[in-house]
Amino acid sequence: MAPHDIRRPFKRAAISDQQKRRELSLLRQAQNRRDAQQQARCLASSILSLQSAAPESQPEQSDTEIETVPESEQESEAFSKDLDVRQASKLRGPEVRKWFARQLMLPEWMIDVPDRLAQDWYVFARPAGKRCFVVSSNGTTVSRQRNGSILHHFPSALPAGAKIRDGSGSAQSYCILDCIFHELDQTYYVIDMVCWNGYSLYDCTAEFRFYWLNSKLEESGACNAPSHYHKFRFSAVPVYNCDSSGLYSAYTGVVPYAKDGLLFYNKHALYQTGNTPLALVWKDENCSQYVIDTDGKGEIPSQQQVVLELQDDRKLVTSDDPPVLFGCLDGDIIEKSGLHTGNLLRFAIGDGGLSFADGKLEKADLIYLGKSNRARAFADSYSKVLFQFMVRHSPLKIDDLLASINSANDQEKTPSDIEMVG
Amino acid sequence: MAMEVTQVLLNAQSIDGAVRKNAEDSLKQFQEQNLPVFLVSLSGELANEEKPVETRKLAGLVLKNALDAKEQHRKFELVQRWLSLDGNAKSQIKACLLTTLTSPVSDARSTASQVIAKVAGIELPHKQWPELIGSLLSNVHQLPAQAKQATLETLGYLCEEVSPDVIDQDQVNKILTAVVQGMSSSEGNTDVRLAATRALYNALGFAQANFSNDMERDYIMRVVCEATLSPEVRIRQAAFECLVSISSTYYEKLAPYIQDIFNITAKAVREDEEPVALQAIEFWSSICDEEIDILEEYGGDFTGDSDIPCFYFIKQALPALVPMLLETLLKQEEDQDQDEGAWNIAMAGGTCLGLVARTVGDDIVPLVVPFIEENISKPDWRQREAATYAFGSILEGPSPEKLIPLVNVALTFMLSALTKDPNSHVKDTTAWTLGRIFEFLHGSVVDSPIISQANCQQIITVLLQSMKDTPNVAEKACGALYFLAQGYEEMGPSSPLTPFFQEIVQSLLTVSHREDAGESRLRTAAYETLNEVVRCSTDETAPLVLQLVPVIMMELHNTLEGQKLSSDEREKQSELQGLLCGCLQVIIQKLGASEPTKYVFMQYADQIMGLFLRVFACRSATVHEEAMLAIGALAYATGADFAKYMPEFYRYLEMGLQNFEEYQVCAVTVGVVGDISRALEEKIVPYCDGIMTQLLKNLSSNQLHRSVKPPIFSCFGDIALAVGEYFEKYLMWAMSALQSAAELSTHIAGDDELVEYTNSLRNGILEAYSGIFQGFKNSPKTQLLIPYAPHILQFLDGIYMEKDMDDVVMKTAIGVLGDLADTLGSHAGSMIQQSVSSKDFLNECLSSEDLMIKESAEWAKLAISRAISV
Repeated sequence: MAPHDIRRPFKRAAISDQQKRRELSLLRQAQNRRDAQQQARCLASSILSLQSAAPESQPEQSDTEIETVPESEQESEAFSKDLDVRQASKLRGPEVRKWFARQLMLPEWMIDVPDRLAQDWYVFARPAGKRCFVVSSNGTTVSRQRNGSILHHFPSALPAGAKIRDGSGSAQSYCILDCIFHELDQTYYVIDMVCWNGYSLYDCTAEFRFYWLNSKLEESGACNAPSHYHKFRFSAVPVYNCDSSGLYSAYTGVVPYAKDGLLFYNKHALYQTGNTPLALVWKDENCSQYVIDTDGKGEIPSQQQVVLELQDDRKLVTSDDPPVLFGCLDGDIIEKSGLHTGNLLRFAIGDGGLSFADGKLEKADLIYLGKSNRARAFADSYSKVLFQFMVRHSPLKIDDLLASINSANDQEKTPSDIEMVG
Repeated sequence: MAMEVTQVLLNAQSIDGAVRKNAEDSLKQFQEQNLPVFLVSLSGELANEEKPVETRKLAGLVLKNALDAKEQHRKFELVQRWLSLDGNAKSQIKACLLTTLTSPVSDARSTASQVIAKVAGIELPHKQWPELIGSLLSNVHQLPAQAKQATLETLGYLCEEVSPDVIDQDQVNKILTAVVQGMSSSEGNTDVRLAATRALYNALGFAQANFSNDMERDYIMRVVCEATLSPEVRIRQAAFECLVSISSTYYEKLAPYIQDIFNITAKAVREDEEPVALQAIEFWSSICDEEIDILEEYGGDFTGDSDIPCFYFIKQALPALVPMLLETLLKQEEDQDQDEGAWNIAMAGGTCLGLVARTVGDDIVPLVVPFIEENISKPDWRQREAATYAFGSILEGPSPEKLIPLVNVALTFMLSALTKDPNSHVKDTTAWTLGRIFEFLHGSVVDSPIISQANCQQIITVLLQSMKDTPNVAEKACGALYFLAQGYEEMGPSSPLTPFFQEIVQSLLTVSHREDAGESRLRTAAYETLNEVVRCSTDETAPLVLQLVPVIMMELHNTLEGQKLSSDEREKQSELQGLLCGCLQVIIQKLGASEPTKYVFMQYADQIMGLFLRVFACRSATVHEEAMLAIGALAYATGADFAKYMPEFYRYLEMGLQNFEEYQVCAVTVGVVGDISRALEEKIVPYCDGIMTQLLKNLSSNQLHRSVKPPIFSCFGDIALAVGEYFEKYLMWAMSALQSAAELSTHIAGDDELVEYTNSLRNGILEAYSGIFQGFKNSPKTQLLIPYAPHILQFLDGIYMEKDMDDVVMKTAIGVLGDLADTLGSHAGSMIQQSVSSKDFLNECLSSEDLMIKESAEWAKLAISRAISV
């Protein structure tokens, strides 16, 4: 039994740097693991809370895209929508894409002119390009297209958009912008503001959102030329009151971008995800290169094509909520082509065209072409089909819009708040 | 039935390699053919007085090695083998061993003692050989001195080998009586008294009951204290060792003896031979350890109910203890700073002084300051060094308010001494003291900064200058710079070091290239400091950190261009590669943490990865670990693009997972699998079969260090979250491994260390469940998980009931409850409602003060109410 060694560390730091490296690595890994878990958890919660929070969703409507469990109204309030967008924006994978596809406010196509256009609506020229959500948070900025795929991942001058220590960006700060990326001048044109510097604008009217957008965006420096910490320029678009001069300016005015139609926003409408009649899109050859839909090869097909969703009882419907019935598919075709409920199918509209009764679709002459492109997430909306149909047969012209504004002016004196029962 | 083994054993010690090899082979063959006969023959050889002493010793050694091994699994096998051995053979062997204790040959007796202890270590826990202790002690008083000595030695080994709970108190009493009597001054034989004193050292752990009995304790303490005064130095040393052991084992019983012990130790420190004096100092260091622990548990709250009260022995002894320790500081050896293994009375005294400062805080300052003032400018280097060392020693413990005025006065003096003192020893201690100043009194913890813009420049100039001094001084200067940089961490966007960044980095690289950088671990210190400087750098210097990337890459590249290396050179090369990989890891983590710098850094990713792969090809375990850690950081920075490196990297990943011997490497690799899963997501699928197979294999192995198992479970979660429903392939296997681990980890019975391990195991299991449930969410295959839910809920109930989970486990556990509800929806709803404790558990977490627990709980509440409402 030898004497026991009693030497103690002498003039040494208590911890070795290697041990420190090991521990810091473990710390980083644990943090990353927590983040990944947290994101996965929030993803689900956000799908749920957003769907039930959307005013038009109805409990009995089954959703074949994503398996979800309805929840009580009360619970949904625990999660704010914008926070979910922010967290979901960091994620990848097919589920996220589907989820993202539902987060943008999607304008309906203008198939008739709304009342009080001059009083209640804004108009602006839509930039040609990719519609996307831009989310800045935690020192980085991510843009995601309508199908959920990431367009860019970059530093920006938006609040919390880049890792620069100016002391202002708290961890809670983030922004969500509804943008169109214009390829030619590599600029993000901001067409709506959903969230700014941690402040949610979902529940604000378009009037307020546009006011806020115009004042805040400029202030942030996001409109400046690109630099090391600011990879892409942002820009607001000129928005007009939709009176005759506003409409004229939007239609003919010179803008730094290629136009793709006009967008009309109801001033009193909140930011609502999915299709909404409170935002409208309208196009003609003068203000858009893409008035009539093209096919996969970029050519205009001789017959109008539509994409409809096949339902349980062979019904063919649009993506609207509630869906609009366009017809029924032959059992034969379903069997022969091995089709299932939920499939998106492509049809041509035959010479019979669309027929209406009392302003409602009565009959459509559909010719089955096949399954739609896989990248499609949704069927066409009713307004789109109709707009395309009108473009080919009796388009709604700019003159009609102007005329509507002018005639409305004439009628201004007569009270318009009569309940229609028709 | 014994066989003649003498000649073989003689041959086994031959200087002729071939003869030796032959003999070893025949021993092995013999053992395999007939183990009982082989072992009996060995014991016969050991007991046989007619055999040469060398073969007797070797026979005993081979026998001992047949009973015990270092590796746990081998040890377990040998134990099982002995237990199942033929009973007659075992009796014969034991009889031979006991006979040998009375042999006139001392080596034979000593060997037999050790073998008896090994056999006892196996048999006593199984309630076998109950007569052993009785037969050892039956006639100990009548034995001749030699046999008495051997018996006491055997008792010592035996106490070292078996745990106290397998020997009943009656026998413990007998052992202690024999041992303490053997130690007493009435024992005339020195060898007997020494054997008894050393035996007591091991037997102290058995004496719990005896130390609670005042009379018995007084007796033991009196005998130990008397032994410290023995004329034989080895007995004095062994007796002080006993005191050191008593100081930690029976701290709370020491009050009546502490004054006497102080007198004894003070005399030994001042007058006795060094080995004895060192033990005497160690006694007080050990008391400091105890009181620091106790006071830490008090947490400053003196009404706290710590198990053991603090007796403030150090505070009471302070006026006498401090001067005694200060005296030792003047007994330095000439070259102690160059000698890695040096340990002398000045070093022990200085170390103890540092511990005393940590124990008593402010009270030590006025006792040490006069010594510093008196000696710091003396012509004799010993006095200057001792004064500096005393100053450096008391910098941890006392309050900054007390120390900062002193430091403000001393700083300029120290900086000047570091450049101008003619003695290297003084410079070494001065640089070390500066490092301690920066470590404890510089940074955001201190209100009034000791470093201003005015002296910052001077400090850096002096430290960089000292890096050109002798290796030991330069190493301390690097250390000082390390803590200087650390103090500026989180100081905001602008660091006072920014203007010097370039110069500091350049100087450190120059140091790393010094011819003599291998001495005094100077090169290691230079890279460690470089790492800390990078870690604490701000955005201002990010471009300079970026410039460092190609420089370090080039250094690493150069180590790979080596020609044929000797094994010594290869070891050095591998050490350097470790340092460079470590440095790159720190840089990657730094630059990867911010988007703009990450973008610029990524241009180097391909080349860096290429270098890491070449480092792996060199095969060395430590390099493996550093390169692996660096790759984890790289994967995190690279994200999904990391997929392009996988075809080449995969085999090293697999090698890392298979490295059971260096379990740190294995653990680090498991962590990197997690990094890669998060980076690659679905793209990791092609590698999953291999990884999961290896991980499952690791879990089922009893050769892998247990600390690696919890991270493996967490890694399951990482993979499942990354690949989603694709995990189905492994679900059954993973769940079964998780389930059995969960059962094991529900109940803990054991010490703090085991509780800590069990909690880390629980956390790993729970993280795996979370990852799997979240991974399967929204997939059509969620129903595959339903059968596992009852067990998981039972597991959660189990750990909730046990009431010994830590905060981390609590947070993860409540999260799992949410994940289960979130993924299984209505299927989980009723199960959760029926579970024993889910509701209480959730409520407890909801009202937790820990924000992380609360956040998880709120999320879980939402998920559960949703699942229940359907």
